[in-house]
Amino acid sequence: MASLDTGGGDSGHKKGPGVKKAKRLSTRVDMTPMVDLGFLLITFFIFTTTMAQPTAMKLYLPKDVDKPEEQNKVKESGAFTILLGSNDQVYYYEGLDPTKLQATNFKGIRDEIIKKKQSTNPEDLVIIIKPSEEATYKNTVDILDEMTISEIKRYAMVDISSGEYQLVKATEAANGIK
Amino acid sequence: MPSVKIPKKSTDNDMTPFVDIAFLILSFFMMVTKFKPDEQVEVKFPNSVSADAVPEKDVFTVLVDKDSRVFVTMDNAQFRKTLIENLNNTRSLGLTPAEMKNFINASAMGVPFSQLKSALAMDPENLKKFKQPGIPCADSTGGELYYWVRDALVAYSGRKLNLLIKADNNTKYPGFKNVLTAFKKNDQNKFMLITAPEDAPAGTALYVTRAKQAAAPKQ
Repeated sequence: MASLDTGGGDSGHKKGPGVKKAKRLSTRVDMTPMVDLGFLLITFFIFTTTMAQPTAMKLYLPKDVDKPEEQNKVKESGAFTILLGSNDQVYYYEGLDPTKLQATNFKGIRDEIIKKKQSTNPEDLVIIIKPSEEATYKNTVDILDEMTISEIKRYAMVDISSGEYQLVKATEAANGIK
Repeated sequence: MPSVKIPKKSTDNDMTPFVDIAFLILSFFMMVTKFKPDEQVEVKFPNSVSADAVPEKDVFTVLVDKDSRVFVTMDNAQFRKTLIENLNNTRSLGLTPAEMKNFINASAMGVPFSQLKSALAMDPENLKKFKQPGIPCADSTGGELYYWVRDALVAYSGRKLNLLIKADNNTKYPGFKNVLTAFKKNDQNKFMLITAPEDAPAGTALYVTRAKQAAAPKQ
């Protein structure tokens, strides 16, 4: 079977008289155990290896500013607020009036962002992200990712206000989302 | 009845090329493989379109698991030593040198300062099994995580320290926000979130930009 053939046959040398014929030992090596071990190791390394290295997503946050006059002002026409609710729900409203809240999900929000981006002066557009307490880390990363995907240059992550939180809760209750 | 004798052929075949290939694959996987460091917390991180590599050196990682337990870890043993010595002095933890050594060898730490001494007094095997409660940081000042970050920065004393946040998919936002607060209180505003790679969805602005970059001749 598995063996290394090193040509153990008669190589053609004629021994002179008086030279004792040495008993030829086979040089064939059984390679089966080695192959077994080799494949065992291959399987081990295939299982342990992690091919896809994780990537890093950069997040630069602005410094907290306490004085209101130093804070950035947002034009009403350019403001677009995204609220992250529980169960992967996304809510958004244009302008500064939270009562115009509309519900969508992560699939729908991309179109809304693109629509807003096209209809707004690029210098005025600011997206405000407000994750609620029920939002998960994945939701947060996903929405930050949407900013990268739609190439939004100006966005901010802000804490949700209690008024907006109540609205989100009310909408979730109305839509039957726990 | 005369039987036809079929000459017996040898079933011996030469497996050398086969073995060659097998070992070639083996050596490839041995080179490529990178062992996962054993971590007490299992974290499944989300996907993102980001294509930046995670820095390997000089990292200070904050792990947040799905129950919002917070752990810290640092890659460089030398700086870990400085970190624990600083903490010992500033927070008067009263650690013995043996306990500090235990910290240097431990992977991620996630215990409040009040329990740090008793946790580090365990031998490493028990410490691995011990379910750590996480570093408290659920208040507006960043809690105890603030001091961890501060002393890690002190240990690095001006050199670049990469701040990584590795949180679980199901971590609730407040757990993540607390970590951000602790960093912000230390005047650190640049972080990296560890994510799994993902392609930009077709047709989006980023997809178009990336396609243009790929098509443009490299300079």
